[in-house]
Amino acid sequence: MSYSEKTRTTYQGVLQGLKDAGLFKQERFIHSPQAADIEVEFPSGATVRKVINMCANNYLGLSSHPEVVKAAHKGMDERGYGMSSVRFICGTQDIHRTLEEKVTEFLGTEDTILFPSCMDANAGVFEAILTKDDVMISDRLVHASLIDGIRLCSAMQDTYKHADMAHLEQKLEMHQDRRHRLVITDGVFSMDGDTAPLDKMSELCEKYDAMILVDDSHASGFIGKTGRGTHEKYGVVGKMDVITTTFGKALGGATGGCVSGRRELVEMCRQKARPYLFSNSIAPVVVEGILKVFEILMASTERRDKLEKNAAYWRKGLQEAGFVLKEGDTPIVPVMLFNAKLAGDFSRALYDEGIYAVGFFFPVVPQSQARIRTQISAGHEIHHLDKALEAFIKVGKKFDILGKTRQEIIDRFGM
Amino acid sequence: MADELKDIVLKYVIAEYLEDGADPITYDTPLISGGIVDSFSMVSLKRFLENKYKISIPDDQATPEAFDSVDKIAVLVRKFTQA
Repeated sequence: MSYSEKTRTTYQGVLQGLKDAGLFKQERFIHSPQAADIEVEFPSGATVRKVINMCANNYLGLSSHPEVVKAAHKGMDERGYGMSSVRFICGTQDIHRTLEEKVTEFLGTEDTILFPSCMDANAGVFEAILTKDDVMISDRLVHASLIDGIRLCSAMQDTYKHADMAHLEQKLEMHQDRRHRLVITDGVFSMDGDTAPLDKMSELCEKYDAMILVDDSHASGFIGKTGRGTHEKYGVVGKMDVITTTFGKALGGATGGCVSGRRELVEMCRQKARPYLFSNSIAPVVVEGILKVFEILMASTERRDKLEKNAAYWRKGLQEAGFVLKEGDTPIVPVMLFNAKLAGDFSRALYDEGIYAVGFFFPVVPQSQARIRTQISAGHEIHHLDKALEAFIKVGKKFDILGKTRQEIIDRFGM
Repeated sequence: MADELKDIVLKYVIAEYLEDGADPITYDTPLISGGIVDSFSMVSLKRFLENKYKISIPDDQATPEAFDSVDKIAVLVRKFTQA
């Protein structure tokens, strides 16, 4: 053993530093299935309370859907609990390939490969398909998992200003001497809830001979008129060279992710992507659950339609109440508070009113951009949204921020 | 004292990296250690300098330290233009 007191003290000091800086994260224990109504123990040891969940990625309300749960049971009964293998040794069941084909059909791509998570998909895809002769040009606000994947790749790295097409064009022009260019973006940006203009990006990529990769984790299942994703919203289905997405949010919310896109690029991942080659297959129980999710979504758009209506209702309610919101038309509705302490206090006051919504501040979002990120679900009924709105207004009045501008809030609470 | 090279670099850095409404920067503002330019975005600055001044900066000299301010970048560029 070499975990000396000196070593322990070092780590204790680092953790204390996080606490002192107000950056120490604490988990809340949920004692119920994921849903609009949940039972939460917070802080640890406190009495369990029934609250309305306003911050889950459970966009379509499928995380605890009875048909999905039943399908998962079937997967467990028929195919067992785990595979005890990576895919290419003895970890591929027929249902894994069935799911890959189903995702391909749903997203309108050429082929798909499953990963243990979208974090793994993003960690593996770049190094599998690019070399040092290529360049990756990414939006400056892409998700952390894309950033990590880019870091693991030997290709040249560059960025463009968030959703700035003129800047992207400059970069594409500048990098014409590279073998391949890959433009990288989120479909829906998770912190702000805005979307990448994939139609314009697609045009630029054609003009400058570049591939495009979109991470649609906060879009698959509900963005676009049949929920195929951001590429459907912008009318460019079939034009995305790579889509990465997760099954851990709208698509059942369990685990798993994928790379879907051009046949050769998917095959390159199957041959070379390290998180695919060196981690276990998705468990059969999860595969069957996801297959049921796709069956539900391909039979009807009812759930994404309800989500769209709920999100519009919620956004309008907050706007009319006088909150400062980030512009957008997705189910991610950030309520801007700018000051980190205010965001934390606001979240706590909401919890006292029976509403569970977490505050986000630096380094998750830029300095002085602290917020409560609300996320709407098809699992919400209007009475949930009305109760949440009532609580937001009550707490908004308590802190006297309703009808106040960004500057007025900053003047009062600081950056 | 006015310095044409530094002014060109400063202008590029402002246009390329600063968001609207950001605090103004000067020749000695820390760019990378100050969080204005991240390591991903450094490549465009390197390529800009190489194209503009017809030089080639080896990767082992294009370090975050060497790119950390307009002053330091000017030193680096002059080293190669005078070589």
